[in-house]
Amino acid sequence: MMTPDPVTRTPKEAHTPIAGAAGAGVPVIAPGHNFATVTDKISAIVLTRRTSLGWWFGFAIAFALANVLLVSIGYLVAVGVGVWGINQPVAWGFAIVNFVWWIGIGHAGTLISAILLLFKQTWRTSINRFAEAMTLFAVACAGLFPILHLGRPWLAYWLFPYSNTMNVWPQFRSPLVWDVFAVSTYATVSLLFWFVGLIPDLATLRDRSESRAGRVIYGALAMGWRGSAHHWHRYETAYLLLAGLATPLVVSVHTIVSFDFAISVIPGWHATVFPPYFVAGAIYSGFAMVLTLAIPIRRVYGLQDFITDRHLNNMAKILLVTGLIVAYGYMIEAFMAWYSANTYEVYMMRNRMTGPYGPLYWALLFCNVLTPQFLWSNKIRTNALLLFIISLIVNVGMWLERFVIVVTSLHRDFLPSSWGRYEPTMWDWGTYMGTIGLFLALLFLFLRFLPMISIFEMRTLVPDAKPDQGGAR
Amino acid sequence: MKPGDAPEFWRTLAEKNGANLDELVGDEFASRLPDSFDAVERRAFLKLMGASLALAGMAGCTRQPPEQIVPYVRQPESIIPGQPLFYSTAMTLGGRATGILVESHEGRPTKIEGNPSHPASLGATDVFAQAALLDLYDPDRMQTLTYRGDILPWSAFLGAMRTVTTTEQAESGAGLRILTETVCSPTLGAQIEEILARFPSAVWHQWDPATGVNSAAGLRMAAGNDVSAHYNVESAAVIVSFDADFLACGAGHLRYGRQFARRRRPEGAGCRLYAAEAMPTTTGAKADHRLPLKPSQIEMLARALAADLGVAGVNRGAALPADAQAWLTAVRNDLNAHRGASIVIAGEGQPAVVHALAHALNATLGNAGRTVLYTDPVETHPVDQVRSLRELADAMAAGDVDTLLILGGNPVYTAPADLRFAEQMAKVRVRAHLSLHANETSAISHWQIPEAHFLEAWSDARAFDGTVSIVQPLIAPLYGGRSAHEVLAALSDRPERTGYQIVREFWQEQRGATPTGARGAIAATGASGATGATGATGATGATEFEAFWRKTVHDGVMANTALPTRAITPAGPIAAFSTAPPAPDGGIEIAFRNDPTIYDGRFNNNGWLQELPKPITHLTWDNAVLVSPATMERLGGAARPDFTGGERGQIHGSVVAITYRGRSVRGAMFPVAGHPDDVATLHLGYGRARTGHVGADRGFNAGALRTSDALTFGTGAQIATTGDTFPLACVQYHHLMEGRDIIRAIPRAELASLKKEEKALPSMWPVLTDEQEKVADYKWGMSIDLNACNGCNACVVSCQAENNIPVVGKVEVMRGREMHWLRVDSYHQGEVANPKTYFQPVPCMHCETAPCEPVCPVGATTHSSEGLNDMVYNRCVGTRYCSNNCPYKVRRFNFLQYQDWDTPSLKLGRNPDVSVRSRGVMEKCTYCVQRISAGRIQSEREGRKIQDGEVTTACQSVCPAEAIVFGNLNDPSSRVSMLQAEQRDYALLRELNTRPRTTYLAAITEFNPDLSDK
Repeated sequence: MMTPDPVTRTPKEAHTPIAGAAGAGVPVIAPGHNFATVTDKISAIVLTRRTSLGWWFGFAIAFALANVLLVSIGYLVAVGVGVWGINQPVAWGFAIVNFVWWIGIGHAGTLISAILLLFKQTWRTSINRFAEAMTLFAVACAGLFPILHLGRPWLAYWLFPYSNTMNVWPQFRSPLVWDVFAVSTYATVSLLFWFVGLIPDLATLRDRSESRAGRVIYGALAMGWRGSAHHWHRYETAYLLLAGLATPLVVSVHTIVSFDFAISVIPGWHATVFPPYFVAGAIYSGFAMVLTLAIPIRRVYGLQDFITDRHLNNMAKILLVTGLIVAYGYMIEAFMAWYSANTYEVYMMRNRMTGPYGPLYWALLFCNVLTPQFLWSNKIRTNALLLFIISLIVNVGMWLERFVIVVTSLHRDFLPSSWGRYEPTMWDWGTYMGTIGLFLALLFLFLRFLPMISIFEMRTLVPDAKPDQGGAR
Repeated sequence: MKPGDAPEFWRTLAEKNGANLDELVGDEFASRLPDSFDAVERRAFLKLMGASLALAGMAGCTRQPPEQIVPYVRQPESIIPGQPLFYSTAMTLGGRATGILVESHEGRPTKIEGNPSHPASLGATDVFAQAALLDLYDPDRMQTLTYRGDILPWSAFLGAMRTVTTTEQAESGAGLRILTETVCSPTLGAQIEEILARFPSAVWHQWDPATGVNSAAGLRMAAGNDVSAHYNVESAAVIVSFDADFLACGAGHLRYGRQFARRRRPEGAGCRLYAAEAMPTTTGAKADHRLPLKPSQIEMLARALAADLGVAGVNRGAALPADAQAWLTAVRNDLNAHRGASIVIAGEGQPAVVHALAHALNATLGNAGRTVLYTDPVETHPVDQVRSLRELADAMAAGDVDTLLILGGNPVYTAPADLRFAEQMAKVRVRAHLSLHANETSAISHWQIPEAHFLEAWSDARAFDGTVSIVQPLIAPLYGGRSAHEVLAALSDRPERTGYQIVREFWQEQRGATPTGARGAIAATGASGATGATGATGATGATEFEAFWRKTVHDGVMANTALPTRAITPAGPIAAFSTAPPAPDGGIEIAFRNDPTIYDGRFNNNGWLQELPKPITHLTWDNAVLVSPATMERLGGAARPDFTGGERGQIHGSVVAITYRGRSVRGAMFPVAGHPDDVATLHLGYGRARTGHVGADRGFNAGALRTSDALTFGTGAQIATTGDTFPLACVQYHHLMEGRDIIRAIPRAELASLKKEEKALPSMWPVLTDEQEKVADYKWGMSIDLNACNGCNACVVSCQAENNIPVVGKVEVMRGREMHWLRVDSYHQGEVANPKTYFQPVPCMHCETAPCEPVCPVGATTHSSEGLNDMVYNRCVGTRYCSNNCPYKVRRFNFLQYQDWDTPSLKLGRNPDVSVRSRGVMEKCTYCVQRISAGRIQSEREGRKIQDGEVTTACQSVCPAEAIVFGNLNDPSSRVSMLQAEQRDYALLRELNTRPRTTYLAAITEFNPDLSDK
């Protein structure tokens, strides 16, 4: 059944650009689009466009890396967590660094989907679908690590509260249990949010699909969507509710993840600045990842009309702001360490800067503090290539930040007799690269089989959608 | 299921060929009971069982083992399953015995403790006694008697020895040589004397690298004949050590360590220790004033001191460095002020003349007979061991030796290189070697005889003061090993005797309980007429002997057998004093020392000792070329922590080649703060050519450089870097305190004015008030006295033995993953060239507000009502947050499957009261909760509370210095309560407010005000 078109507009109004949204008149969607072109362009990528060689190539690499992950996990579970480089005193290494990195990345998607929705920022529309997908895949990758890093991962279910014959519940004062709730809530809500948001588009694909398999699969997933007013009404309510649920998660999930560190006694971890610092860092790294994905995607799939320079500009601004907050976090951490005059804190900071992992700390400052300063320039903010490079650097920088926090705080704490070091083994790298492979593989599959931009939401942006305003908003 | 039922399949060849085996074998699952079970069928059933067992090999699958297994039909007397028994015995090392008590579970020894009644132990043990248990169960032990590679029965050896005795009889034994280590066993000594009586031309050689030669030679020089010396440290106010590590090794060191620690207590009289030494040792660390000197310079120091204090005819030799002069003056004045209450002691690393000088000094100062006691020799047959070995080598080279019987030891590996022992030994026609492990000497011996471990054999031995102990076995020899007594019996006219018979017969003779009459008077000395059964024969004598035997074996000490002290009077002036000492050749001096954990190499295959961090260097699994940091730099070497493991695991040392007298070895260099410049200390025992799996490919053989004329140090060596590096497993490389309040030390004079610090700061955590805590019967706590601890590490091995802690191997130690629940940290204070070293044992603190408890997501670490931080292995999923959050880093994680599930002999030695942890599980010190439980069960059964001292942790029970005290803090009269109430008591990392139940007592320093640099 065809999706009924909303009321048609006059050709004249159809071609009036939308002005006034934030930015010097750069439109949220390029002019010249109507319902049909928007729908055609996006659904064509899934339904009719031939799978390019580039996609196969990229997917092959990602899939290969995902297999590396499989092998790494198999070996890890068979032999033990000692195949990684962790030891006494650094009992947490890559696994936790990667866990926090991936979770942090996910926050951008939720922010774009939920918070920007509630703030009625229309520029979120073309990026929210794949940003939310990115969140889901990032959370999937992140969620592997708390299970894999256990000494006895087959007992991971003990962290969940369930009635059992042992009559034992998880120990609720532990931040790791809070993580369980936070991450599982986050995964669940994100999945629901994303899926609910997909339903109208799945229906579009169902209606347009030319293969029987497509019709059946998309039809099943579309759950009988007919686009009736009732459906839309319920949809809007559900979507807003989920957005409301997801919004606090943007702040709470990474706050709870930061509690993994802040609750402990270790200098370098035991800091009250961690919750806002981590949340800002999460949004920072998330937007960097969104940019890292958006820029190549829009180029490869020719989506510059939908993901315009305005989007890049806005995302770059958020990057700059959160980057400044993160820079503040670094600054206040260093200041407080000195100001406290606490031997352990002072040493921790000095060790971070000049100790064996010192070069990583300075690389971190370069990546996270220096690099985003380029984003003050409008020219750079609208230069896709430079933005791409900057976003990559920020991704690396945010990984380095988690590494510095986890490893440098652990490797030298209170008693010098227990000072040691950490070096990742090839299995650490294999698992990490493997999750990147898993992430990319899932992303490639998403790009191939699902509409990467929210079709029906984009339709609300074209001039046809605003009959009473005649285009001005 | 009958064969006819089965379609074309067959189960056995006989069946295939048509035979009906139903009668014999029954169905395949013969262990299943038949359906009806009356008397007739039962007999048939048993026949079936027997037959099926016999045919087990032919059927498709094995069921029961083919050996005869016998359940307890009648339970052996006094064994209650689950209740351990304790047996006294003694361990001999370096020719001296230390009494021990061995805990035995169901007939298997599982833990070694000290014997409180034994003068050399006083309840303590050292690392070697603790680890001896693992040697018993070592799967790499020699397990079969072989002759030129063929497995032969014991009777074949007896037959061969019969041939030897017959042949040698003709020549009165001219071709027979017996080589033993230092013999302090009266029975063994008597056996050999008997053999020498029968074969007058046979020679008994002794070579024991664990004993060393210099102190005996020094005593011979000082006394003019053979004597033994021991010390009365509890009467000494000043001790001066010339390279003598008397607190950590050597005869009587456990006793000296305890006496020294007691004198240093606040209530003790104090004891100022001066140590002049090359390689830093634990004694040097305990010293109030330590002077690093080259080994050759220590002789100059001794000479100068002797000359200053009035020993006649002493040539001062070369001049001393300037700082040594000030040191010497202070020492001289202090000794003068404490005549008769001081000790001058020289170490095995110094030549005989230094020992003689020390004894002369003691004589001059009036210490002899008071703090320095001389006795008749403890060894049954003292000899100059270097000369003895050299004579043997020469005899072998000349082809004079037809039969060489080596009882224990490893002369091919330990003999000085210039003797070319292996080459000469190859000329001997019949070579027999009795050994625990197949080693280098076994490799060129015809007869390789597996030795019975001392826990498997009957014997006897003398302690440092002469006290005799009977060595009784705890388990029948696991591999049919034989003791030295039984091997020597093969040369006698009654070769079938067992060790038990031999030892008993000897003592029966001594006690006059056999019709042959009393011989000698070893059984009771110094007590007139107290020989008991002298002259008593027949039945009364036998009963009396049985009572004496049972008591002696039970106590672990033979009453009144300590050798009486005597005076020594040298014949005249000692020539060596007035002879000018040789000038050093320049170049680097190398010092050869027995390794602190591997000793002379005999413990090379012992995983506990290989993995035990050596005191001061904290190296494991390898030896290194130990030099001062300045020397290392000058030689162009470096020691760099790797990123894997870092300062708590892996240090890359530059590989150097050491050339000395034309021989060369390669080893990795390792810097030691406090080591004198231009000296390299090399530890023996490594670089083995033939050893078990644990010890293979470890370190380098420093003994390959050693010559017989310079056994303990030599001059004129060259060291050159090779450009390679070698990874060393070092578990603590960072020894600075970094301005943190970790070790506290207070001068004795300021003790009185010390204020006790409040242990607890206000806390937001729910902590029990004192009243609430008193509700529980017991409030367990521990006090560790840093003043007493001398870093010997016995507590570490004891904990490992008691709690089934796995050995992880060098690779994992290099990754920073060793599993010791208790570690002994060492920290330096002062300058790098000569720091003051403090030791700090760190077990789990059992914090009242433990940071590890709230962070465990599954609640695997909880707090008991008595204050223990409990670790629930079954619940642990291994997130390791507890380890991260522990500020003391006392938790250990099973990153891989470290426990050996498979090796059968190792299973025997495990303590059945403690779980064996699997991979992925966290573990840590539990205050020996199994011992607390055992104590609680016992006390509840008897309707009373646990008394103070009834429950001792494994670390506490073995500490020679009594540094660790555990007990009930709710009992104000318990020792731990008193100690925690002392002014010196402090909590480690108190400002974190973890409220640890284990607290420390600050060290007390007794610096000499004249030596202001300290």
